[in-house]
Amino acid sequence: SGAVALSSLTALPAFASLTDDAIAELTGGAELGEGAITLTAPEIAENGNTVPIEVSAPGAVSITLFASGNPVPNVATFNFGPLSGSRNASTRIRLATTQDVVAIAKMEDGSFQQATANVKVTIGGCGG
Amino acid sequence: MASGVKPRVKVPKTAAAGETITIKTLISHKMESGQRKDDDGNVIPRSIINRFTADFNGQNVIDVTLEPAISTNPYFQFEAIVPETGEFKFTWYDDDGDVYETSKKIEVS
Amino acid sequence: GNWARLAAQQALTQDQLLEFDTFGNVSLIHITDIHAQLKPIYFREPSVNIGVGGNKGAVPHVTGAEFRKLYGIEDGSPSHYALSSGDFSSLAQGYGRVGGLDRVATVIKAIRADRPDAILLDGGDTWHGSYTCLKTQGQDMVNVMNALQPDAMTFHWEFTLGSDRVQELVESLPFAALGQNIFDVEWDEPTELFPPYKMFERGGTKIAVIGQAFPYMPIANPGWMFPEYAFGIRDENMQAMVHEVRAAGAECVVVLSHNGFDVDKKMATVVGGIDVILSGHTHDALPEPVVSGETLIFPSGSNGKFVTRIDLDIRDGRMKGYRSKLIPIFSDVITPDADMAALIDEQRAPYVSELSEVIGQTDSLLYRRGNFNGTWDDLICDALLSERDAEIALSPGVRWGPSLIPGQDITREDIFNVTSMTYGKAYRTEMTGEFLKVVLEDVADNIFNPDPYYQQGGDMVRTGGLGYHIDVSQPQGSRISNMTLLSTGEAIDPARNYVVAGWASVNEDTEGPQIWDVVESHIAKMGTVTANPDNNSVVVTGV
Ligand SMILES: [Mn+2]
Ligand SMILES: [Mn+2]
Repeated sequence: SGAVALSSLTALPAFASLTDDAIAELTGGAELGEGAITLTAPEIAENGNTVPIEVSAPGAVSITLFASGNPVPNVATFNFGPLSGSRNASTRIRLATTQDVVAIAKMEDGSFQQATANVKVTIGGCGG
Repeated sequence: MASGVKPRVKVPKTAAAGETITIKTLISHKMESGQRKDDDGNVIPRSIINRFTADFNGQNVIDVTLEPAISTNPYFQFEAIVPETGEFKFTWYDDDGDVYETSKKIEVS
Repeated sequence: GNWARLAAQQALTQDQLLEFDTFGNVSLIHITDIHAQLKPIYFREPSVNIGVGGNKGAVPHVTGAEFRKLYGIEDGSPSHYALSSGDFSSLAQGYGRVGGLDRVATVIKAIRADRPDAILLDGGDTWHGSYTCLKTQGQDMVNVMNALQPDAMTFHWEFTLGSDRVQELVESLPFAALGQNIFDVEWDEPTELFPPYKMFERGGTKIAVIGQAFPYMPIANPGWMFPEYAFGIRDENMQAMVHEVRAAGAECVVVLSHNGFDVDKKMATVVGGIDVILSGHTHDALPEPVVSGETLIFPSGSNGKFVTRIDLDIRDGRMKGYRSKLIPIFSDVITPDADMAALIDEQRAPYVSELSEVIGQTDSLLYRRGNFNGTWDDLICDALLSERDAEIALSPGVRWGPSLIPGQDITREDIFNVTSMTYGKAYRTEMTGEFLKVVLEDVADNIFNPDPYYQQGGDMVRTGGLGYHIDVSQPQGSRISNMTLLSTGEAIDPARNYVVAGWASVNEDTEGPQIWDVVESHIAKMGTVTANPDNNSVVVTGV
């Protein structure tokens, strides 16, 4: 066994449950479907302070982003207006550590869709 | 935070009626999260852009709520339908009550 | 060893090295990861190069005798010396140095004599890695490479010259600077400076060359030096570019890549329609291409040691066949091109006295390549421990840097060949045992993550004064155990602070003397370097 036993760069469980709470608040505990929402994020963040995120959910009225490994999970909510050309938006977010980014779409029929993407935040510094 | 806040947007100059176009926006803002401490160990108060809206001829395209996890110099990309010639209006709302606006005209042929 | 005499008996000729049965209608010439090595050098290939996940046991993760067995390479043969480790010092005595861009020029001229419109492609890591390259901010390499008349290039370490200098040099290039994955960071748009591809009309057909720069530049290298740019793998954009060039009439799609081998192999299964990937960054050299999906992947080594020639038969809208050869540049066998030799000497002339100053000698083989350590890096770690008065040393797991064989002088040039960079300051700081573990786990996952898209293509950070166990098959956070302070034999205490010296930090505010000065001072004090060939401070399992 190891001389050093440590938690790694992965998220603390407390943060993850904060995210669950925040999602429950948004959805009222409704069931979360999958497949009608796409969340695009880099596998590895080039810079944890500005990570490009794209969400797309045809038929959504709004999409909310959460960062499950940040001290505060809420990131942003996109509310789509009558002249929105698609239910698609991109932004850049701060990630404190390697974690799951979660997107929840509220659909026109009142149901919810969820997508998750893991983004690695690394110290880096080597190369070929 | 009123000083040095500069909005920039990319909107095509022309479009066909009913066309869907891509819009990109940036605003220079430090987005102080309220999580950081200064050299004396005091928490630096939160100061962020908390809302962004894009409208066309008075109708809404997108209305975004921002939290401190949005990066410095908030960036958004989204799509809009352009039914007729007119003007996009972009508005950013600062925690300190300031409101920043910029607009772009688009010609429908 | 006994192979040295065998080596000497196998007389090698330039004609043999260049021999090629011209094929098809188009020729590609690939050279990559030169790391500013203008002159012939020694370069020992790795004996430890572990593959993980689906690449366990697959080339290029096969080394030494196993590698020779796999390719039917005879022990003691020129191919043994060029392509694999094992009895390196003795074979080096027999076969001599490799590389030298004046010899490379001879080879390229010979190929062009055969096929005048051959396409010469440089895979990047060209403007980095030597004293003269550092002092001239890449100008020496630009001058010499321009004389070779490449048709296109892509990038990695070049960006560590800083974006202003990169822009200045790229704007001066008489050939294409490609990178479909080099984007403007502010608006997330392609850049004008680095177009995604270039179309060539050769042999009655159209060939598209798409550039792929190193995807993880701002992570593996200091992002603050080139904040205007974003990179990434960008599979979707690569696929879009393949469709675009096909629609524009390309009958053959070539990717000039600095992804690293395993990333290329995966990309070939994700992106359809690529015929050929010319592979760089991970410094692998294979005598024949690897087929991944429908794509041929050719890795062409490093440090000017190899040139790959690929002849293609392109007809009726597609690539029908190929013939290739990885040409080892044996510097005693290939006649230097006189014009190029003069041009190289002209670049070096202002610096000759500094370059050639003898700092010490080595009675041991000094090499770098290997997943966990090499004798050059052991020496650098020793220098950090001693000169910076530290308990633990950390040295980056880079794959560039020539070898020295027993009996050689160590010149200032040799030290710069394994240390030169634009962020070479040797820091001295305190780190807790806990943070040291986080560092080792983090780097290990960038090398041994089973998904190649998480691999950045270097080797494990080298440690001095610190031993550990690593189970490469475990996930991040669970690979590293038994961390030990070697000076006392005690287990590393997560809560205690340790004095750590290291170099090549990606942080902007790093302070300390330059690493080459630290190493020079250490070697000067030693006089003659004797390396321990069996550094066993890292115990590896899960292979
Ligand atoms: Mn390289
Ligand atoms: Mn590289």
